[in-house]
Amino acid sequence: MSDETEATVPGAGGPPAEAATGGGATGSSSAASSHTHEPHHWWRLIAIWLVLSVVLDILFLVFVGPHVPPGRMSSTAGGAVFDFNVLIVMALPVLLAVWIYMVYAIVMWRASKGGPEPVGGEQARSNMAISTAWIAITTVVVLFLAGFGTYELVQPEGAGGGQGPAPIWTPTSHTVLPIQVIGQQWKFTYRYPTFGGFETNELVLPVGTTVAFHVTSLDVIHSFWAYQLGVKADANPGQDNVAFSTPQHTGVFTVRCSELCGIWHGAMFNKGAVVSPAAFFVWARTTQQRLRHNTALLPPFSFTYTPDANGADGGYYPDNVDPYSKQEQYGYKGRTSS
Amino acid sequence: MAKGGRIGLTLGLLAVALVVIIYTVIALLSEPQTIDFTANHQPGQPVNITLQTVGSVGPNYSNPTWVSYMTLSPQGQWEHTTLWDVPPNTRINMTIIQYDSGSPLRNQQIGQVTGTFGNVATINGRPFRVINSNSSTGNGVAHTFSMPSLGVNVPLYGNSGNANLCGAAPCTLKSPHNIIRFSFVSPSSGNVRWQCFVPCGLAWLYGNGGPMSTIGYMGGFMKVVS
Repeated sequence: MSDETEATVPGAGGPPAEAATGGGATGSSSAASSHTHEPHHWWRLIAIWLVLSVVLDILFLVFVGPHVPPGRMSSTAGGAVFDFNVLIVMALPVLLAVWIYMVYAIVMWRASKGGPEPVGGEQARSNMAISTAWIAITTVVVLFLAGFGTYELVQPEGAGGGQGPAPIWTPTSHTVLPIQVIGQQWKFTYRYPTFGGFETNELVLPVGTTVAFHVTSLDVIHSFWAYQLGVKADANPGQDNVAFSTPQHTGVFTVRCSELCGIWHGAMFNKGAVVSPAAFFVWARTTQQRLRHNTALLPPFSFTYTPDANGADGGYYPDNVDPYSKQEQYGYKGRTSS
Repeated sequence: MAKGGRIGLTLGLLAVALVVIIYTVIALLSEPQTIDFTANHQPGQPVNITLQTVGSVGPNYSNPTWVSYMTLSPQGQWEHTTLWDVPPNTRINMTIIQYDSGSPLRNQQIGQVTGTFGNVATINGRPFRVINSNSSTGNGVAHTFSMPSLGVNVPLYGNSGNANLCGAAPCTLKSPHNIIRFSFVSPSSGNVRWQCFVPCGLAWLYGNGGPMSTIGYMGGFMKVVS
């Protein structure tokens, strides 16, 4: 970088100083004179950007952040909200930097009517300081967000998405309630293996207990999307897709299929409920008793089933013979129906 | 080709395209008639709806090989439709005359009666709560009547596949059949989807295409009209 270039870099008077004063065309004495009146554009820009960034981030965190979907009904939903907030807080200053510079440039460095044509100097083509700072800052921001996003995806038990049949990021809790989610055209049913394996249309969860959703399908590909829980896992036939979540507040949540699965896909939804542990056990015991006659006719609990693809004939069949082995893989020591 | 020939060919192709478009739009927008069960309904009185299920709808209708529901209109005519208007908050007494053969269920979970009064239904006058579709001595389940949003599910016991089953709608009581009765309450509002959950669209992938995906055959809507 030449001395001449350094003398005109933004911060030492602003990049278009020469352009605003006619550049080198007006001679060295007039250029020196104009520099004495030229404001410190970079300090101005940085000050405006800093103040607006802090104000907007605070406004966002106070007024918008708490209401970012899907809420904080579960650990995974709360994690998603936290991630959204971090990303927005990081993105707002970047957005402001671009907009503020653009508006500032339009206002301050606009060619005046009848004035000299703006001309670019060396600094208009390249500026080592700006280029270095720009690359360094964006590299740091992008790498930080990549690292942050990756960490948030995996800690501590995944981010609510399916991890496949052998999850890597497993809960630290010793009490994990397994619930099987079975997609079929066009509804979800739920099996509770620790309560005799009954299968029901209702999805009821105990608050404060980590749940392992074992998501599978009996026909085409569905997707189990428990919106307020922040859980979304594909339901593939013949696959056991495991997703973890810990409900943290009681209430009602919505389950939808989020994979186009046929003509009645839009009608494939139901409500679920997070209740107190005591209420959950009452419900589970009652349902187990009420459905016992049909439960005896169901195939043994299995993580996947192989339906007959040829039409009406045929039940669904277990693909493996040891239905509880995979829970033990991630330290399942939950309650049993006995 | 002469200029006149080219113009004629172009116009001909445009005409064909226009016919195809009009036919497609009409086909997409058309739907079976709606049976009105609100007319002459007295408040506090139940609504009685009678359906039949037939293994193949027969040559009198389009897609003659498709399985289908039929609805008995208040005028006593069997109509090829699955769309009804009913009054709100009203007891609906359902009678389904089941003419089709049965099979094991893909998911025995739908082999139980739910969402009806007492979670019970009757088959030929005998109450039941569960049908074991895999029983070696039974005929399996032919279809279900299910309204997922209301939690209603009733399995419809099948007839023996060796019997001389009705092959064209509307079937009569002379053919082998089972009569299933149950009741539920209509909601205060809404357009309630109902369908069969047995994948009975044979020759379609997973059995859920064709009649299972076409209104007027194995699914429809119950519209609540105030």
